[in-house]
Amino acid sequence: MGSGFDLFGPEASREIAWSRRDFLRTAAGLTAGSALLGFSPLRAVALPRPQKAIVVTFGGGARDEETFAPDGQENIPCLMKTLLPQSTFFTQVVNRGILGHYVATASIVTGDYETFDNFAAVAPDNPTVFEYYRKDLRRPANDAWVIAPSNGFNRIGESDNRAYGQGLGAGVILPKHLLAAAMPKGGVVDYAHLLKDNYETPYYAPVLRGGEVEMKQLESVLKLSVGDFIAHARSLASPDELSVYIAKQLMRQIAPSLLWITLHDIDVAHAGAFSLYLEGIKRTDRLCGELWQAVQSNPEYAGKTNMYILPDFGRDSDLDAGGNGFQHHRTGDALSRTTWMMAMGPGIRQGAMVNRPIESIDLVPTLGSLFGFSARFAQGRAITEAV
Amino acid sequence: MQPSELNAMSFETYPAQARALAVGHLPLLQSLPLALLPLLLREVIAYDWRFPAERAEIDEQINYLQGLAASQRAELMRGFAAIKLPAELTQVDWVNQPQNFSEQLTAYLWSTHQIDGFRKAASEYGNAVSAATPVKPPETARLGIAVIGKGVQTTDYPIFRKLKAHGTLFTQVDPAGGLATLIDAVNTRAQAHPGAYRHWYIDGGEAMAGAAAGVTQLSYAGIAPTRRALIGRMQTWIDSGKMGPELLRTKLAALGPADLGMKADGERAVMGRFEISLLTEGSGTQIFATTFAQWAAREAWRRAQPETLLVRFGPRQRQRSMNETLLGTDTHEEPDFEGSLIDADMGAYYTWIDQQRLAGAQQGAFVAWFEGHEQAVAIGPGLPAGSTSEKPATLRQVMEWVS
Repeated sequence: MGSGFDLFGPEASREIAWSRRDFLRTAAGLTAGSALLGFSPLRAVALPRPQKAIVVTFGGGARDEETFAPDGQENIPCLMKTLLPQSTFFTQVVNRGILGHYVATASIVTGDYETFDNFAAVAPDNPTVFEYYRKDLRRPANDAWVIAPSNGFNRIGESDNRAYGQGLGAGVILPKHLLAAAMPKGGVVDYAHLLKDNYETPYYAPVLRGGEVEMKQLESVLKLSVGDFIAHARSLASPDELSVYIAKQLMRQIAPSLLWITLHDIDVAHAGAFSLYLEGIKRTDRLCGELWQAVQSNPEYAGKTNMYILPDFGRDSDLDAGGNGFQHHRTGDALSRTTWMMAMGPGIRQGAMVNRPIESIDLVPTLGSLFGFSARFAQGRAITEAV
Repeated sequence: MQPSELNAMSFETYPAQARALAVGHLPLLQSLPLALLPLLLREVIAYDWRFPAERAEIDEQINYLQGLAASQRAELMRGFAAIKLPAELTQVDWVNQPQNFSEQLTAYLWSTHQIDGFRKAASEYGNAVSAATPVKPPETARLGIAVIGKGVQTTDYPIFRKLKAHGTLFTQVDPAGGLATLIDAVNTRAQAHPGAYRHWYIDGGEAMAGAAAGVTQLSYAGIAPTRRALIGRMQTWIDSGKMGPELLRTKLAALGPADLGMKADGERAVMGRFEISLLTEGSGTQIFATTFAQWAAREAWRRAQPETLLVRFGPRQRQRSMNETLLGTDTHEEPDFEGSLIDADMGAYYTWIDQQRLAGAQQGAFVAWFEGHEQAVAIGPGLPAGSTSEKPATLRQVMEWVS
């Protein structure tokens, strides 16, 4: 019950809180009134429509302070210099749901705030974007894929909703499960640390089971031999690099129209080491650039793909006494709920900025408007500036 | 069970002083809503092992609630009473396992979108208690000291970037004898204002010699046996394959000194349990020395509310990359000096923030020093914020100017 001084008062909080409207002007050369003040959704109708979409969650929760705020911009050179000028940037993306990674990502995927236990391997209650997409547009199973980091996420491809559900969702690849299946059994190498998939308890490393299904994914979906896969994995520095490698392989072999990639390295922040958290952000920044580059260099994707990058949520404020700053996302304070989204591709204005608040559950209805399916159970609303 | 069903026997497993406190205020406890009472009991159940400052706060909080008229108390509890709780939560043994209840309550509040309502109620309650029980400023103005960068020769990292906005950055500090100067400062204050847990020295590595007897000491190296015992237990549980992170956390919370081979009776009762709490409640404290030092400093400020706290960050072990892991390159025990400096720089900033949460913060002083180097930052009433001094100085002078 210490009284503290007014560093923690509401006035000071307002002062310290970075102005989201202003934060891009400093580095990106965007002006607050640019683009969108004169933006008319009708004009977009004439613009080319995308045929494919890639969604990347800038995973594991990242704060403004270490990304788009002035001191943080050095950590995201690729987003700032390469991708931002090509994007419409949404400065306030609010997540009003549960701030656990699986349940929050599932909420983005369904367009509804899912309420299940974050640590349970359960399917979302509401239909996923993959089900809407495939059922309404009669798309084949191979046209929607998810690449995700960990246990629990293996159920994110399709919901329990009776009108959708089994057989209508996305294929899910968990790269670490692939690795668990591919690595020689009983070897001397201790890779349990690598397979750790939940940073909430940093020492916690569940037993991952990779088996027949994963081996089949390697051979028939990704067209990779076990040897090649392991050899390549040994050249990569982190699980997210492995995820992006898998994504590129999937794009080359199957070229799905709807691809969802959940990056997660940043969540190492739960271990409390700020430098590792920054490394995670820098790596994720680079990997986002690599993905966009892969889009541009692949004829199946170039010129007809929209990419959306957004964190699932932020992390706690330094000033909220209930948390421990960047380490966790437990307080539910405004900073941990408010992030951003970058949208780029055909029909999306470049170098534009949208300051009005939107919600992370708005993404799926937006994709629905773009592709022509109805996200009928979603709570979110289509983002007019992105369709 | 509902709070109204509590009786004296409900607390029979509580330690002596905690039991006496609970039984002595039974009618009050019976009147509190279930959304709040277990959270209060979480404090009460460990009363015997709390620091003096924590005991005083618990006493004041209970006395404040006791002194309210029934209508006033009902008004104060309105937000908590409005929280809708399921029958399953009433089945939890919230009297003896309030921590377990707290975790389940948190998950339930999130899942039912009542977390914001709960936060509002908790905030209003906290404000009311704070207003009614103002904390006295410390006898002497608080002094916080953070030493970062042990073992770092050179760096390009912009250290003290966050701290210097609040104080003066010194760029020409003579590093000779710096650590001894800082330890002396702590010792001097401990001798001038003696008392249990009023002056602390926390080290993220091996503790330096020289701290006086009146200084509470804690080091990462010193708790290594406890840490190893804990990690062994965790590994056994995890290897069983039957435990998710939530159950793991619950089991960790239930660990006592005897479970980890620690003697924690007599004078060690309070510190022993404090040390265990750092390892079982802290995230990453088990594996990274920098995380341990930051969290220990935070918890010391928050719980013991000392007048002096010196925290020295040591290097942590390297985090192995994926390819190193796959290739079996065992380098993770090597120290990561540069990474540790970055961790510690943020840790120093958090240590200052945590100091600001305490009464008398405006009179307090804070110094952070890059060990073995010429950079230091000092924050205090007499030093202008956001300024830089390129004047040659000793650490002793900096300590004088900031006080």
